[in-house]
Amino acid sequence: MLTFASGFRHGVHPPEEKGLTSHLPIRRMPYPDELVLPLRQHAGKPAKLCVKPGDRVERGDKLAEADGFMSVPIHASAAGTVIDVDWWPHPDGSMAEAVRIKVDRYAPQVARPRMVPRWEGLTTDQVVKAVQEAGVVGLGGAAFPTHVKLAPPKDYAVHTLIINGAECEPYLTSDHRTMVEYPERVHFGIRVMMHALGLTKCVIGVEKNKPDAIAALERTAPADLDVTILPLTVKYPQGAEKMLIHAVTGVEVPSGKLPVTVGVVVQNVGSVSAIAEVFETGLPLIERIVTVSGHGLVRPANLIVPVGTKLRDLLAQCDGVSADAAEVIIGGPMMGQAQPNLDAPVIKGTTGVVVLQRAETRQAESYPCIHCGRCLDACPVFLNPSLLGDYARVQRYEDMAELHLADCMLCGSCAYVCPSNIPLSQLFQASKLALRRAKAVVA
Amino acid sequence: MTNDKLIVTASPHIRSQDSVPRIMWHVVASIVPIVACAAWFFGISALLQVATAVIACLATERATGKGGAIADGSATITGLLLALTLPAGFPLWMTALGSAFAIVFGKQVWGGLGHNVFNPALVGRAFLQAAFPVAITTWPAPNGGFLSLKGDLFAFPLTHPLPDAVTSATPLGLLKFEGKGTSLLDLVIGSTGGSLGETAALVILAGGLYLAWRGYLNWRIPLSILITVTAVSGIINLVDASKPAPLFMLFSGGLMLGAVYMATDMVTAPITNLGKWVFGAGIGVLVVVIRIWGGLPEGVMYAILFMNALTPFINRATQPRVFGTRARSAA
Repeated sequence: MLTFASGFRHGVHPPEEKGLTSHLPIRRMPYPDELVLPLRQHAGKPAKLCVKPGDRVERGDKLAEADGFMSVPIHASAAGTVIDVDWWPHPDGSMAEAVRIKVDRYAPQVARPRMVPRWEGLTTDQVVKAVQEAGVVGLGGAAFPTHVKLAPPKDYAVHTLIINGAECEPYLTSDHRTMVEYPERVHFGIRVMMHALGLTKCVIGVEKNKPDAIAALERTAPADLDVTILPLTVKYPQGAEKMLIHAVTGVEVPSGKLPVTVGVVVQNVGSVSAIAEVFETGLPLIERIVTVSGHGLVRPANLIVPVGTKLRDLLAQCDGVSADAAEVIIGGPMMGQAQPNLDAPVIKGTTGVVVLQRAETRQAESYPCIHCGRCLDACPVFLNPSLLGDYARVQRYEDMAELHLADCMLCGSCAYVCPSNIPLSQLFQASKLALRRAKAVVA
Repeated sequence: MTNDKLIVTASPHIRSQDSVPRIMWHVVASIVPIVACAAWFFGISALLQVATAVIACLATERATGKGGAIADGSATITGLLLALTLPAGFPLWMTALGSAFAIVFGKQVWGGLGHNVFNPALVGRAFLQAAFPVAITTWPAPNGGFLSLKGDLFAFPLTHPLPDAVTSATPLGLLKFEGKGTSLLDLVIGSTGGSLGETAALVILAGGLYLAWRGYLNWRIPLSILITVTAVSGIINLVDASKPAPLFMLFSGGLMLGAVYMATDMVTAPITNLGKWVFGAGIGVLVVVIRIWGGLPEGVMYAILFMNALTPFINRATQPRVFGTRARSAA
């Protein structure tokens, strides 16, 4: 059957490498001896600590409270004892305050019995509150608090809920396996979200390279809801919010504006199933599905991982790394973060862990720009990376801002295609930081 | 795995397999059949021209460029393309001089690969045309044995005895100065007088298609040039039937070589796709204008060089519209 797929202009086609794990059923990993839970795992304000060293915690107990609306609590992902609260390597490369828990090896790891609210009777505010209390954040990587998206500003009329099942990053298959194995849960989460947002229309965007996920979602789609499953062209970065919205609605989100200005709310497949979990079992977000993959890894897998599991323990679960493993990335190889320290933990926003072999990593030497124009053809937001790169090298940051540097989402497509191996995306990341710092001085 | 073994870089952590040397060497490989074609028509003289130009370009690159710059293949391309714009019997010392000029003044004085404004091979040829106008328009006929040397290849450096070999005019020269036409079949097959690379239109086109298919050549520029030449010369031909027909225009002179290999030089062509269409159209118009009304029979070289000069302005005027905005970004 010829399926019609929606997409966007430009973009790149890195090797998918999803075959390493796309067929592997999700399995649960055993609890490690020790968990490390940073207080900052989401966009917004870090959570406020509410335990002290020596405290006994059960699985699902709160370790830290939400600090205001733009924040969510952190929960214990296993029963045990709080060892200490100290600075610890964070997956973003910095150090962050984290609660260290000695896991009780003999605990049954059953969460305290809790009331599961009946979602039908809840008002929007109550749903928002319940989702916030469960610590749910966007599981696609950015970790934006999910409840904030359930309470969009009143000045805009939201008409469509878009569920992001594109998963365009190479290697990653956690969303894919979620859709294949838990399609009912995805649909239930959608039902709750549509109820909370008062919406009647939902579109799930899934890249065409996951026919089993599309089939599973279609098979389980509820008859009473207007939920469409939209096959998307296989292209990076199809899962970027603005690209997805364009593919679904044909509308471009204005530069510098939020998706809500064009009447849509976008949620990741994983976040939706986390919401479903809240209203099915009452469990907060204490574990997530993580793809552990890469040619530098002995046994790739899709694992249910307790939040706070150290990378070292996670890699050991996959029988460790091969001799020529060189780079460990949290997230995918296009936008992920290379880790300097394997003691850093898996956090709520960790979609996957990819281990690259030395030969797969980027080489240092680069050539001058030969103006081939491939970066212009790759940039999904139609910037001129070649020119921006010239400016970045001579630190003309203000001129870069004029050229819409702010619209660059650091997807890495330009640097991926550049035959001269110019680290364009990397230069833009540094330029954005330099601009922010300059502004901080002025303000 | 210990922490100190970890490589830490900013994203993206992977990149495509294409590199500048890979693109350049693919271009070189696609030129080889054209050289073979030239050898078929002009014999060993053609191979001597090509070898001299390439060796001179590489030697100059080595003497003036950064270490390792030879490996990127760009100097080899300059040498190949320059040789293909020369007549088979062109004295080799002039070829070597033009090659050195192409590398030094066409590329290195601008800052090396990626920084030059004009196509280096055409800069070299423009220099030779200005310095040795007679030698560069003395076209040996495409016949004789493979081993027969054309013209005065081995003239002692700084000397230039008048050639007494069998010569023939180019189709464009015949038309311009003698009012004679050439059969289209001869043009397409390439059995006409002219520079080494003027005579193999179909082979050049095949090389271009291969490069475009591999993504190493932007098809918009040659297509734009060919469409414009066809349209403009077609209109002129309709108005005044004594002017050459579009097909003659397309397959004569250096148009194919220029459109496929010279105008598409990434460094000196516009970077935006819209700019590439404009650039090609400009070349197309200039070629027809120079050929029909100019003092020279052929205008591809000057058309491309002129549009090279306009490239920065074309880039500025054709910046893409940023996603989520109305206006084009100012550059």
